[in-house]
Amino acid sequence: MSETLPATGLLAASWLLIALPLAGAAVLLLGGRRTDRWGHLLGTGTVVAAFVLGLACTVQLAGVDGRSVDVDLFTFIQTGSLDVGAGLLFDPLSAVFVLLITGVGALIHVYSIGYMAHDPARRRFFAYLDLFVAAMLLLVLGNSYVALYVGWEGVGLASYLLIAFWYTRPAAATAAKKAFVMNRVGDVGLALAVFVMFAQLGTTSYAGVLGNVGLLAGGTVTALGLLLLLGACGKSGQFPLQAWLPDAMEGPTPVSALIHAATMVTAGVYLIARSAPIFDASPSARTVVLVVGAITLMIGAIAGCAQDDIKKVLAYSTVSQIGYMFLAVGLGPVGYVAGLAHLLTHGFFKAGLFLGAGSVMHGMGDQTDMRRYGGLAGKMKTTFVTFGLGYLALIGFPLLSGYWTKDAIIEAAFDRGGVSGWLLGGVAVLGAGLTAFYMTRLMLLTFFGRPRWDDGVHPHESPGVMTVPMVVLAVGSVAAGFLLVEVFPLADWLAPVFGEPAEAAAHAIPPLLVSVLVSLVVLLGAVVAWLFVGRREVPVTAPARVSPVVRAARHAIYADAVNESLLMRPGMWLTRALVFVDNRGVDGVVNGTAAALGGSSSRLGRAQTGFVRSYALGMLGGAVLVAGALVAVTAG
Amino acid sequence: MGAIQAPDLSLAALAPLLFVFGAAAVGVLVEAFAPRDVRHPVQVTLALVGMVGAFASTILLAGTREVTAGRALAVDGAALFLQAIIAALGALSVLLFAERSLDPARSAFVASAAVPAGSLRDVELATSERVQTEVYPLASFAVGGMMLFTAANDLLIMFVALEVLSLPLYLMSGLARRRRLLSQEAAVKYFLLGAFASAFFLYGLALVYGSTGSVQLADIRAASSADGTDTLLVLGLGLLVVGLMFKASVAPFHTWTPDVYQGAPTPVSAFMAAATKVAAFGAILRLLYVGFGTADWTWRPLVYGLAIVSMVVGAVLGLTQTDVKRMLAYSSIAHAGFLLTGVIGLSNDGSGSGLAATMFYLLTYGLTTLGIFAVVTLVRDGDGEATHLSQWAGLAQRSPLTAGLMTFFLLALAGIPLTSGFTGKFAVFRAAIEVGAWPLAVIALLASAVAAFFYLRLVVLMYFSDPAPDGPTVGVAGLPTTTVLAVTAAATLVLGIVPGSVLDLARSAAVLVG
Repeated sequence: MSETLPATGLLAASWLLIALPLAGAAVLLLGGRRTDRWGHLLGTGTVVAAFVLGLACTVQLAGVDGRSVDVDLFTFIQTGSLDVGAGLLFDPLSAVFVLLITGVGALIHVYSIGYMAHDPARRRFFAYLDLFVAAMLLLVLGNSYVALYVGWEGVGLASYLLIAFWYTRPAAATAAKKAFVMNRVGDVGLALAVFVMFAQLGTTSYAGVLGNVGLLAGGTVTALGLLLLLGACGKSGQFPLQAWLPDAMEGPTPVSALIHAATMVTAGVYLIARSAPIFDASPSARTVVLVVGAITLMIGAIAGCAQDDIKKVLAYSTVSQIGYMFLAVGLGPVGYVAGLAHLLTHGFFKAGLFLGAGSVMHGMGDQTDMRRYGGLAGKMKTTFVTFGLGYLALIGFPLLSGYWTKDAIIEAAFDRGGVSGWLLGGVAVLGAGLTAFYMTRLMLLTFFGRPRWDDGVHPHESPGVMTVPMVVLAVGSVAAGFLLVEVFPLADWLAPVFGEPAEAAAHAIPPLLVSVLVSLVVLLGAVVAWLFVGRREVPVTAPARVSPVVRAARHAIYADAVNESLLMRPGMWLTRALVFVDNRGVDGVVNGTAAALGGSSSRLGRAQTGFVRSYALGMLGGAVLVAGALVAVTAG
Repeated sequence: MGAIQAPDLSLAALAPLLFVFGAAAVGVLVEAFAPRDVRHPVQVTLALVGMVGAFASTILLAGTREVTAGRALAVDGAALFLQAIIAALGALSVLLFAERSLDPARSAFVASAAVPAGSLRDVELATSERVQTEVYPLASFAVGGMMLFTAANDLLIMFVALEVLSLPLYLMSGLARRRRLLSQEAAVKYFLLGAFASAFFLYGLALVYGSTGSVQLADIRAASSADGTDTLLVLGLGLLVVGLMFKASVAPFHTWTPDVYQGAPTPVSAFMAAATKVAAFGAILRLLYVGFGTADWTWRPLVYGLAIVSMVVGAVLGLTQTDVKRMLAYSSIAHAGFLLTGVIGLSNDGSGSGLAATMFYLLTYGLTTLGIFAVVTLVRDGDGEATHLSQWAGLAQRSPLTAGLMTFFLLALAGIPLTSGFTGKFAVFRAAIEVGAWPLAVIALLASAVAAFFYLRLVVLMYFSDPAPDGPTVGVAGLPTTTVLAVTAAATLVLGIVPGSVLDLARSAAVLVG
């Protein structure tokens, strides 16, 4: 890592980036109904202001030696050996994320003004959205793992609040709960990693940890890497913690676009890229990242092929594309830039696709089942064109965004060499084909064919406040890849973080050949989709008699069933067993449960299940165990 | 036979205790001689003066390290720090006790405890201005006992302190104005089980005396050694630990906690949950590190196991609770387990960050718990407090401020960053990891993840459910409760964002003499 200078000028004010949206959220939440009329404008304004500030900071950063500045805020915890400063690190990596978060965030705020116009709780929505932006900026700007963790929990909370935004729908509440629980599993991993850093190095600042990886034992580094990976998997919806992300689509569509496609779910990629020195030092941890990425990209792509809900398809597509990013960062130095470039272009086209899906739903009376769409191309022209460009970018149509960044990842995978290189490259190519299949299917079902609309639905184009952000994002979908690879090479910009880009050495397969191969596979996927979907009449209800493969894909490779049997059931058994012992067990030994129940029912009509004697017996048992354990320890 | 030697007494070092006990004794006289209608304000003032005086004198005494009163009391950093916390929590609890505008019946406490519940006279008194004002001297005695408990350097004094703090608590639990039978039942349960636990402690004391010939912690430390230890001594230690763990509501000695927290008047539950925990952990730390520090290999596995059991029982059983006060009781059991991870995080010579971490955790936990119980007193229906979880549904629509405060306190208990709960957990888990108690920290993190689930469930209920049509109302808090809410919320926030100076203070106070 290069030298980090203290911040000067505008960069010293980069804490405002976080403070602005946070202040917006605070005003909206505390201001109550008084802010109903102009709350959405304030919420949008703070994020736009943050974007402008972020842009100015980035420009200034480009002129700083070493392109990395430290902004000291205050001392969070300092006592004895424990020293946690609260400070920001503004370097090329965080700058990229700041621009993505505030840029896409601002567009989605604008879009939401229209999308949520008729929602009585629009103010609350903007407050949560601002809260999310603030937390996400803290996540990427913090200069230590503790600061990152604070932001990490913050985005988790905001995501939870936003998934459950329409809490009257049971599905939304359940989805929020699922997201929360699975994220907690990942958070435990991240928290443990932070504690390991403390125990081993006495600090959690990036400079202190990443500069001293060499001091750690090999096993510790691997453990650290795996714990960080667990955290990343939780937040980014990667295998085995991927199941929450598709369910999270119960939230309002702008939320899906911002949080569950463009920004928050890519936090895992940020974490791994930020911790590059740790993964550089542990090949085994890096291999696990690779495997996780490869598995996830296949699971997401396969599941995406059989979904009928337009947002679910896009969600599985997100899972799959983040799998690509994990695969890339798992490849090591050659992959970091490729992964991050894909992250940025994906941020554009996936956000655009979600906004397009929202626009379609807006026109179709909140219907999300694609079997009830069809023939919308003529009715919603702007949506069709912008969505179509996003589609082409995603499947990797030559010269559009996805083509530049996804091909780079596939090339890097083949370049790994050996059997694993061929295997990973093969998986990546196959994934590209599947992506083309499910996205073409989505396009055909939605925009082409005979209309299969519900009665009383009159599709119409969305208002300008919604279509303008879609157009901007579509422009990004078309141009971002070319800009980031050829015009302003991301590799050069990120060089202070990851080192100078290695000169293209010997490629396992010539890049041109890879491009041709991938394009052919993509074409094949699209053609197969046309053969299966476009050519035939689409039934309005999904056929029940399908092959086992389709059934497995519909159930997302049975991820929920696996989670349920491996995690949820044992947890429920534990709870039940403990409740039984606590309430009834001990007393049952003495009196029988019936007596306890009968006795308690008379007391003021409430259930106080315990008798003092059974409590006392429990204590006696505990005391005997305590004494026995002590004597055993002493004697042994 | 020589003349009896008076023990040396450093009155200055005992000033905190003298303040509180003095106020308590005067309170008894007030009860006997002052006319009934002036008693309430006088008693409240008296109790507050005693506790604030005690708090101020602990600050003036900061830095004192001495053993006094014939080696029976140790006035050291840890004792003073914990005494300051107890005095502060006590004063805040007294404010909660003194709230008279929330309940249409004018107080959380019964008018006359001696009148049988449900009798004609009881019904008549239920709406009167009268309050059983003995609760204030009782609280002062309890606070005095707790402060003595943390400074006891001698097992007999420790036992006396245990009784001095417990007996008033038993009585106070039975003084609820509404649902009196439930409250009395809780008091009797607490009393019986407390007596049972005291008996364990006393028997342990006898065994230790039998083995070492002394009740002084320093002598016990000298008699127990690092390699071989007398079985009698170890058994004694085990029984002493049982007695103390009961007070700290560590599973499996927790069974009284949910029933008593639920039945007792809520301000008393708040006081018990916050202050008793501080006192009990003060005594646990002193007993284990001053008395049995050199023989730490005997008790370490035991405390390790108890920490795990307590965290798991508290976190898992909290999931199934349907009553806010019972849920908070299980939360208190889980937190007792988290505190024990801090107790583990000390090496046997008293170095290591565990002591400071545990003391800091006690401070954060105590303040947050007090705050959350204060919120519980606000949410009421015609019957008093509405503690069933279903009654809290949609509270955010009725009273955004109350729901917001509750959410903030719940997030703090769950250990979410930017609240004091996070810093506290961070400190104790780190201390445990420093001494190599890895698996314990992992289990603690998992348990806090599970516990977060039931805290968040209440948040979800408040924000994401529609209010019941005949739901509870949110009372308008008077000045005392408002003060408590403001102080505890501010402390929870400040200790979460800039905890540095207080952590420093805890570290410099982390000294046990003996």
